[in-house]
Amino acid sequence: MSQPGENLRFTSALSNFSLKDFWREHKFSYMMLLPAFIVVLFVVIYPFFYNFRLAFSNLNMYNMRQFIQNDELTYVGIQNFIQIVQESSFWIILLRTVAWTVINVVAHVGFGIFYAIILDRDIMFKSIYRTLLVIPWAIPQYIVVLIWKGMFNFRYGAVNLLLRKIGVPGVAWLSQASTGFSAALIVNIWLGIPFMMMIALGGLQSIDPNFYEAAEIDGASNWQQIKHITLPLLKPVMLPAVILGVVWTFNNLRVIYLLTQNTLTNKIDILVTHVYRSAFEFYRYGYAAAFSLIIFVILLVWAISFIDYINAD
Amino acid sequence: MSVKKDPTWKKVVFHIILIISVIIAVYPALRVFGTSLRPGDSLHSTSLAIIPDNATFEAYRTLIFDKGFLVWLRNSLLVTFFTVIIGVSLASTAGYVFSRKRFPGRKGGLTFFLLTQMFPATMLLLPMYILLAQFGLTEQTIVVPFLGMAKAHIGLIIMYSSTALPLCVWQMKGYYDTIPESLEEAALVDGLNQFQAFYKIILPLAKPALVITALFSFMTAWNEYMVARVVMTDNSLYTLPVGLTNLAGQFNTAWAQFAAASVLIMIPVMAIFLLLSRFLVGGLTLGGVKG
Repeated sequence: MSQPGENLRFTSALSNFSLKDFWREHKFSYMMLLPAFIVVLFVVIYPFFYNFRLAFSNLNMYNMRQFIQNDELTYVGIQNFIQIVQESSFWIILLRTVAWTVINVVAHVGFGIFYAIILDRDIMFKSIYRTLLVIPWAIPQYIVVLIWKGMFNFRYGAVNLLLRKIGVPGVAWLSQASTGFSAALIVNIWLGIPFMMMIALGGLQSIDPNFYEAAEIDGASNWQQIKHITLPLLKPVMLPAVILGVVWTFNNLRVIYLLTQNTLTNKIDILVTHVYRSAFEFYRYGYAAAFSLIIFVILLVWAISFIDYINAD
Repeated sequence: MSVKKDPTWKKVVFHIILIISVIIAVYPALRVFGTSLRPGDSLHSTSLAIIPDNATFEAYRTLIFDKGFLVWLRNSLLVTFFTVIIGVSLASTAGYVFSRKRFPGRKGGLTFFLLTQMFPATMLLLPMYILLAQFGLTEQTIVVPFLGMAKAHIGLIIMYSSTALPLCVWQMKGYYDTIPESLEEAALVDGLNQFQAFYKIILPLAKPALVITALFSFMTAWNEYMVARVVMTDNSLYTLPVGLTNLAGQFNTAWAQFAAASVLIMIPVMAIFLLLSRFLVGGLTLGGVKG
């Protein structure tokens, strides 16, 4: 497939599109991507479409066996979706999930940047502090949650023991929805700070110190330097982390599920824990599949509008 | 890089803030350690002290010699090792072209990797299980006798290496973005081909990011139990988290043993974190500077 004239290529690139040239140019890129893509396709995309199919069926514990054995599914159209949207609990849970996500991510990013700024300064023992502050990230989450559950115990838990020491009456953390939700927030905020802190630290180190020197000469205060140099330059680094942070927090099953198991079951569910219970405790697979599609769409819409907003900014 | 000098009072304030934060960060971990040392009869204690009275290593002894802990450990090591190898190789290659090359579908590909994070993992569980079952990768048959590796372990390895992959790809891309492109240009002029330029020049420079990517994969495989619990049915194939949760279910009061197991699972992770903490700062560059 030889090209008749080189000039022609520039005049109408489209009509002279050559698959061979295209391949020669991008072969390396696609070959390098292929393995990663195949794996993700296999483990994420296929199950996704599979789930799509389930969302329009009435699969539950009674017809599950038939489905596994003979691949029989009864499709019920969008009935699952209608049911979900009509439930009053859906909107409450959605609101709670939004609150959960916003509070968590704001705290993670806020504290993360705060610690990063302190640790980036000239301070003694900073590598020791840094190492110790990362520990919450290093402990497996399911262990963390169980530890905290013990620490929130009314009589024996460390939190109440500490409160009583300073003269505050103990709080029955895990017996009311409001305190239980606060407890879950405390645990998850504690868990998420190190990740954001490390990301922010990495970002801070890539900021040219000359900026600060120039600001110093111009007489900018510390706070002005942070506001006008540090934060704007951190933005590109923090952005993907914030997007991921929101998605992870929104989809965080473990903290609330394990913390409320046997105590506040159902009382402070967020969307994903509700889905998990529907699927694996009440065996309403079709309903749960539809519900998780809704979650996906919510996150997708959010991500697209957020990225647009940032790009326009 | 610290050009900022603070007055003494400020430094004192910073130290106070950091010390309080460190106590809050470390206390829960120490608490588990304390619980694991408790003798059986003092599980409920109203003391805030870390080391209990009559501390004993009894729980560790029971755990290691009577509960199959070592077998779980081997299984976990096996699954983790292969997950890390696969995760790092896939992420380092994919991240590289996302950072360096401009090809149709680049932006779409990056977004796609981000999108995979948005679907609630719990609902991928059922389809994934069915898929693995179709390929026979949930069977408990041993395929590599020498290592004790079963087909189900291979299933887990595939699942884990892909779960952490999107994050790892973004992370690698972010780091490659910080390496000047002139390096490869020079290498290409010197007659290396594209892959050699990547492999011989850039990859060694990306060591901090490779370490972080390995760490992410390691954490995924080492700590995961939702999938493992569904896939593993045989006690001798359990990975550590499954073994641990079973311990908690089996003996409702064996908190000392549970805590001991938690400590033993935590120690490697924490040790790795401490060893790698100098890489964590430079190497963690999610997304990076070029967008």
